[in-house]
Amino acid sequence: MTTTAADVTKPDFQGHRKHFIFTDEHQQLRESIRRFVIKELQPHSEEWEQQTFPNWVFQRMGELGFLGLDKPEEYGGQGGDYYSSLVLSEEIVHAHCGGLAMGLAVHTDMAMPPILAFGTEDQKQEWVVPAIKGEKILCLGITEPDAGSDVAGIKTRAVKDGNEYVINGSKTFITNGHRADVIVLVTKTDSDAGYDGFTLFLVPMDLPGVIREKKLEKLGMHASDTALLAFQDVRVPDTAVLGQVGKGFYHIMWELQGERMIGAAGCVAGAQHVFDRTLEYAKERTAFGRSIGHFQVIRHKFAEMATKIETARQMVYTTAWRFQNGEYPVREISMAKLYAARIAVEVADECIQIHGGNGYMKEYGVERVWRDMRLNRIGAGTDEIMLDVIGRSYGL
Amino acid sequence: MPRPIPPFTEEHEEFRLSVRRFVQRELYPHASEWEEARWFPNEVFERLAELGYLGLKFPPEYGGDGDVVADAVLIEELAWCGSGGLAAGIGAHIGIALPPIWRFGTEEQKLRYLVPGIKGEKIAALAITEPDAGSDVASIRTHAEGAEGGYVVNGSKTFITGGVRADAIVTAVKTSDEGGHHGLSFLIIDRGPGVESSSLEKLGWHASDTAHITFDDVFVPAENLLGQENQGFYLIMANFQWERLLMALGAVGAMKVAFEKTLKYSLEREAFGRPIGKHQAIRHKLAEIATTVEAGRDMTYHALRVYLAGQDAVRDVTMAKLLTQRSAFEVIDTCLQIHGGNGYMTAYEIERAARDARLGPIGGGTNEIMSEILGRSLGL
Repeated sequence: MTTTAADVTKPDFQGHRKHFIFTDEHQQLRESIRRFVIKELQPHSEEWEQQTFPNWVFQRMGELGFLGLDKPEEYGGQGGDYYSSLVLSEEIVHAHCGGLAMGLAVHTDMAMPPILAFGTEDQKQEWVVPAIKGEKILCLGITEPDAGSDVAGIKTRAVKDGNEYVINGSKTFITNGHRADVIVLVTKTDSDAGYDGFTLFLVPMDLPGVIREKKLEKLGMHASDTALLAFQDVRVPDTAVLGQVGKGFYHIMWELQGERMIGAAGCVAGAQHVFDRTLEYAKERTAFGRSIGHFQVIRHKFAEMATKIETARQMVYTTAWRFQNGEYPVREISMAKLYAARIAVEVADECIQIHGGNGYMKEYGVERVWRDMRLNRIGAGTDEIMLDVIGRSYGL
Repeated sequence: MPRPIPPFTEEHEEFRLSVRRFVQRELYPHASEWEEARWFPNEVFERLAELGYLGLKFPPEYGGDGDVVADAVLIEELAWCGSGGLAAGIGAHIGIALPPIWRFGTEEQKLRYLVPGIKGEKIAALAITEPDAGSDVASIRTHAEGAEGGYVVNGSKTFITGGVRADAIVTAVKTSDEGGHHGLSFLIIDRGPGVESSSLEKLGWHASDTAHITFDDVFVPAENLLGQENQGFYLIMANFQWERLLMALGAVGAMKVAFEKTLKYSLEREAFGRPIGKHQAIRHKLAEIATTVEAGRDMTYHALRVYLAGQDAVRDVTMAKLLTQRSAFEVIDTCLQIHGGNGYMTAYEIERAARDARLGPIGGGTNEIMSEILGRSLGL
């Protein structure tokens, strides 16, 4: 068979490229989430940036089944694969509200998985079932005022007292901390046991001694509520222990993998979203007699950004594929998270630059993306921690 | 064995290991000598042919295997030979010059060039670039004048990998005075009277014979027209996708080799009382490298999958090429840095890898051309 010029595949830049991890069902899910987000969430984003987003979002999304996409059907989930959760994190960016995306991700992909993985049947019934319905809201407490990257340095103590534990300490930067009904709390139960001295608890937030000290003001993610919490002689029954006593450190290290994975996916989606908006702007905005996107310097900026975004996406998808296939790819997750967080911040910054003075103005919404994205190089493990994890995985 | 990433299968991963063993045992030991000689012997092609490596992606009826994915494995693993020039010399023949003959050639041309090419008996090169026409392909001046029974070619080509030894030079020529891309055709020019090649000295790629070729009233019979007259631009377009994929795969391989070598070095070499790799600054450098390699690999394999699916892969391939060529040079430069003074010395072979990698952002379309393609793909 001989090829002729007419047979040569011509560029088709609009052509849809389905990645091998996705099926047609994922595509339908994607479209239905996007329709919902654009119709019901996006119109409120400006307001929510001012006041944080309201709890009805959880209820509404619970009603639609979006809070349990990859969770087991027996607890009210949709029983889908991990990729369906990925689809949600990609489509939620259309709300144009980084804080909202984060609040939801903390609920579905950070606090819920450890309950499902390590919880008792009672705990799952008590928290996961209503959480998937959007009736109860979850949060996760790891970081403390004096212990961030160094998780082992936390000071919150849980001391056994008969059939109860008494918890004292404080947690900070807690997303959903003001609205949550329950917190997955990391504590130290044995200060002499090193990494074997940590225990997780499910602590209802309405217990006496749980104090929501203040709403923290932040650079970005304004739609999310971020709390400083104090625990003063909070008494919980020993049925509040999540997982094994003394295994909390390992439980939370496991949890962090899913957190980083979904965070990386959110970064790719956020970067793509601001890229698309900026591309539109560059085609409309004219300077020196033509649209600014048609100047070579700007065109190449887009080429560079598109390459970074696509690369991060491929890292996320390949890693998600490993994840879905039962691997525990700590190294690759760390790489994807590091890469995606960095490029999201770089892309957002470049998009401000392309917008010029308008980019610096609140009205265009681009500076907000940069402020929101900037968190990703810090949250869920800083860039530096990612590098350390990767380096150590090679025996360094 | 780690789970093979699509499109690779377990069989491909086994094949990968056997290719690697061959490259390490039979090519690597000679690399330094061939670098110094500015030439690798033609026996390399014969040996590769014997193993069936030259025809992996070509159809069985011409002596090949019909497995494009296996060819991708070979290209990635050739990096273990430690000589970019050697890998390029092999790649130029099977990955750049023979594919257009396979795709656009007549049956008779395939029998004359592809079959002996797969056997390693006849070496081919692809000649597009000219002294005054690099990125701007449309400004090619080498001219083919219609003559009785064929064409008479005059002009010159440069930077032609394998161009000193090539028996057949697949050459882009102007066959019409029409401007732009429309007057381009390809001719398969046999080495013979009027064809002169000379070798060029370069920063890296020392084992490869990179030629300046002149054509002085060279008669080319009409049956050596490859594809349709004046439609050569499409041949270039089709060919570039595979060529750029090869470069991306090669860069991924080269980065992996440099990383593994440097990782080993940093665990052995001590300073301030411990292996240098245990110092955080070096640990993080290596973590950065590993991340960059993973990024390049994931992007490249994606482009490969799109290409294999028969979809238009221009954007994906262009991104993979842009990303990996830049990454490889940066990564290998960092590897050189981690080697310290030893990195600067020839004996550690890392300076060679850095020199070799420097071509990536230029060859097969510069970074700037890649950005141009990508920008235009976005409607800019």
